[in-house]
Amino acid sequence: MDRGGSMLVENPIASDVLLRAESLSKSFGTVPVLFSVSFDLKAGEVHALIGENGAGKSTLMKIMSGFHSPTSGRIFYNGEAVTLPPNGQAEALGIVLIHQELNLAEQMTVTENIFLGREIAKNGILDKSAMHKRVVQILDSVGLDISPDTRISQLSIAEKQMVEIAKAMSRNARVLIMDEPTAVLTEAETRILFTQVDRLRKQGVAIMFVSHKLHEVSEISDRVTILRDGQWIATRPTKGLALDEMARMMVGRELSDLYPPIAETDIDADVALRVDGLSTQNIHNVSFELRSGEILGFSGLVGSGRTEVFEAICGLVPMRNGSITTFGQSGRFATVAQARNAGIVYLTKDRKGKGLLLQEGMQTNLTLLALPQFAKRLMLNKKQEEAALARAVRRFDIRARDPNVLAKDMSGGNQQKLLLAKVMEANPKIVIIDEPTRGIDVGTKQQIYHFIAALAAEGVSIVVISSEMPEVIGISHRVIVMRDGQIAGTLTGDAINETQIVRYAAGLNEEKMHA
Amino acid sequence: MPDTAQTQPASNKPKIDLKMYGPAIALALLCILGFSLNTAFLSEGNITNLLTRSAFIGIIAVGATFVITAGGIDLSVGSMAAAIAGVMIILMNSLIDVLGTGTLTVVIGATSAIILGALAGLANGLLTTKGKIEAFIVTLGTMGIFRSLVTYFADGGTLSLSFEIRGTYRPVYYESILGVPIPVWVFIMVAISGWFLMNRTTFGRYCTAIGSNEHVAQYSAINVNKIKTWTYVIQGLCVALATVIYVPRLGSASSSTGVLWELEAIAAVIIGGTVLKGGYGRIGGTILGALILTTIGNILNFTDLVSNYLNGTMQGLIIIVAVWLQRADWGGKSKT
Repeated sequence: MDRGGSMLVENPIASDVLLRAESLSKSFGTVPVLFSVSFDLKAGEVHALIGENGAGKSTLMKIMSGFHSPTSGRIFYNGEAVTLPPNGQAEALGIVLIHQELNLAEQMTVTENIFLGREIAKNGILDKSAMHKRVVQILDSVGLDISPDTRISQLSIAEKQMVEIAKAMSRNARVLIMDEPTAVLTEAETRILFTQVDRLRKQGVAIMFVSHKLHEVSEISDRVTILRDGQWIATRPTKGLALDEMARMMVGRELSDLYPPIAETDIDADVALRVDGLSTQNIHNVSFELRSGEILGFSGLVGSGRTEVFEAICGLVPMRNGSITTFGQSGRFATVAQARNAGIVYLTKDRKGKGLLLQEGMQTNLTLLALPQFAKRLMLNKKQEEAALARAVRRFDIRARDPNVLAKDMSGGNQQKLLLAKVMEANPKIVIIDEPTRGIDVGTKQQIYHFIAALAAEGVSIVVISSEMPEVIGISHRVIVMRDGQIAGTLTGDAINETQIVRYAAGLNEEKMHA
Repeated sequence: MPDTAQTQPASNKPKIDLKMYGPAIALALLCILGFSLNTAFLSEGNITNLLTRSAFIGIIAVGATFVITAGGIDLSVGSMAAAIAGVMIILMNSLIDVLGTGTLTVVIGATSAIILGALAGLANGLLTTKGKIEAFIVTLGTMGIFRSLVTYFADGGTLSLSFEIRGTYRPVYYESILGVPIPVWVFIMVAISGWFLMNRTTFGRYCTAIGSNEHVAQYSAINVNKIKTWTYVIQGLCVALATVIYVPRLGSASSSTGVLWELEAIAAVIIGGTVLKGGYGRIGGTILGALILTTIGNILNFTDLVSNYLNGTMQGLIIIVAVWLQRADWGGKSKT
């Protein structure tokens, strides 16, 4: 399928186009992630970039801000072909990328951060009052009501984000690229952000805006570009573009292709896991049941507490209240080891930070969770470990150049398969998978869904926590939607659809209210 | 240089894994250098001497390898050795009146040293894990405490082992079994058990995992605090063992006993290829690192080329060069 960006390129280039990418392609190693994508950004517009996870949005964004260099294709800035300098040095040209994980020095003040690397100084001595004055102006102009002397660590995430924007503005940014800025914001904070974005747009800043939340895209952007599987699909004015149409172009395929047939659940199956009145610092009174062989989806916005419920169950987060019953045996787990021994494993969404030892090979990673099984009185049985790896590579179709490859050199999809293989080594009866397909390609996604379905068919109980609605809908027998640390609703059968989930997640449907 | 030709690898795989073989190559080069400067360098007497002197730092460094691999650091080992030596001497001296000057007194002295070492390590470990204080700070604190304790016990002077008991204890340092001095035997035993523990047990794997990424370790059902605490206990045991064979050498302890041992131990670990920030530990490398450090001093003793007072300079240079060689990207290009 090559319906690449030729249409766009042939367009007469409007004089107000500030930053333009022409036929960008990018491969990481042998894995291509972008195929000849074109994108242009005008002064004074908000141009949204949407697409499913793994569609290539981040890559495009990073190329356009110089963090990655394209494998082929060109970038024009102010009408001139440029090679953007790496590592954020494009900021000097006025192109600023605001990362999702913000880039602020936590222990320094707002002023110090805003002037970091270009402090106002006279003969090497900092002119603090001049910087203070300037920061007061900037904060005022972005409508942020905080003291310039506040330490970043004392700010909320939304405020930190505003500081990032203030920092960008103080550098006379002409192009602002924002990676899912609203993902971690509350509704009220999003409103403030949008007011700022609108203000910047009126000042003539060109804004590239990546988001998964389509109604926000529809609200704030002037144009929308859709990517799918690394390919350019369309660029349209936002006005007149329906949300359904956006979603259709993003997905672009029948969902049934992607998801395996899921066997009916046995309503009389044993209850594998029962949670009653679970509370932690951020979770309030969560209760649910999980039956053998059931796939239970957990949906809700980021920050609604989905992950924390299961981290609490597995002894990773302290529980305040509540009881847990596994296969009729009640008992809280103080450590992951206890949970593992009771047959519950948790597969983290943070593959690189909490899942795999990146500097180690596949074998060390594979057996780590279940290592006691591979040892007799502390002594490791290396043969047994090797055999386990050979088995896992076959069973989960892990593709590695050589068996000694380090985890960090594997593709996201193979890392995820390895992680799945790792938790399965513990022979669990209950598997909790957090964001099973985050950042992996469609082919591997499909494989992972099939693994999940096959495990369920074998009688393993599975919880799928996911921010991708099609995924939750496509694979779950039942879906629990969380909101603000509570269960907002439970969906079964035909009620499992995007509208219902969104209504519960956004608080439009309230099944029950808790104080 | 007398070594040319030989190790030019053939075209196919020109990549020498410096991380792996660097320390061994360095030691070999040093030995060749030593021998070319003075043939007596490779005499049996000198080799024995060299190994015996390496034993103290080597044994302590094996413990340090575990601590560092699991992402910690222990600065207190030198002071700990001095404090243990002090207590041990006081204890044995006072036991002479009760138990006489026999082996029993020495055995009790040595046993109490081992217990003290384990307890001191346990204290370091619990303060870092349960107390949630950085290892650097905890062990900097205990370093000061242990050091001042030995000064206090010795009343600012020197604690000496009674002459009556020295005769009984002396062989532990000076005697040989099968031509190999006892300290070297201890060193070998510690090295072998350390290697086994690091490379063949769940404990070693867990140390690596924790040093590599504590979050991953925690999510992989590893009891991070317990394993980390154990690394400090092992370190304490190693320090105690080194002290037990060190005390009969001079028969005394003072505030200057074991000064800078912590740095030598850490240097041996780093020269051996273990990564200072954790996650990659090599016992074999540590042994070689300890040998390299002692060899440098030994070579300087043999030659007038460089003043013996510059021993520290040479050791410092070797540490920096060793780490530089390990970090540099040697992929593809072969070195000349």
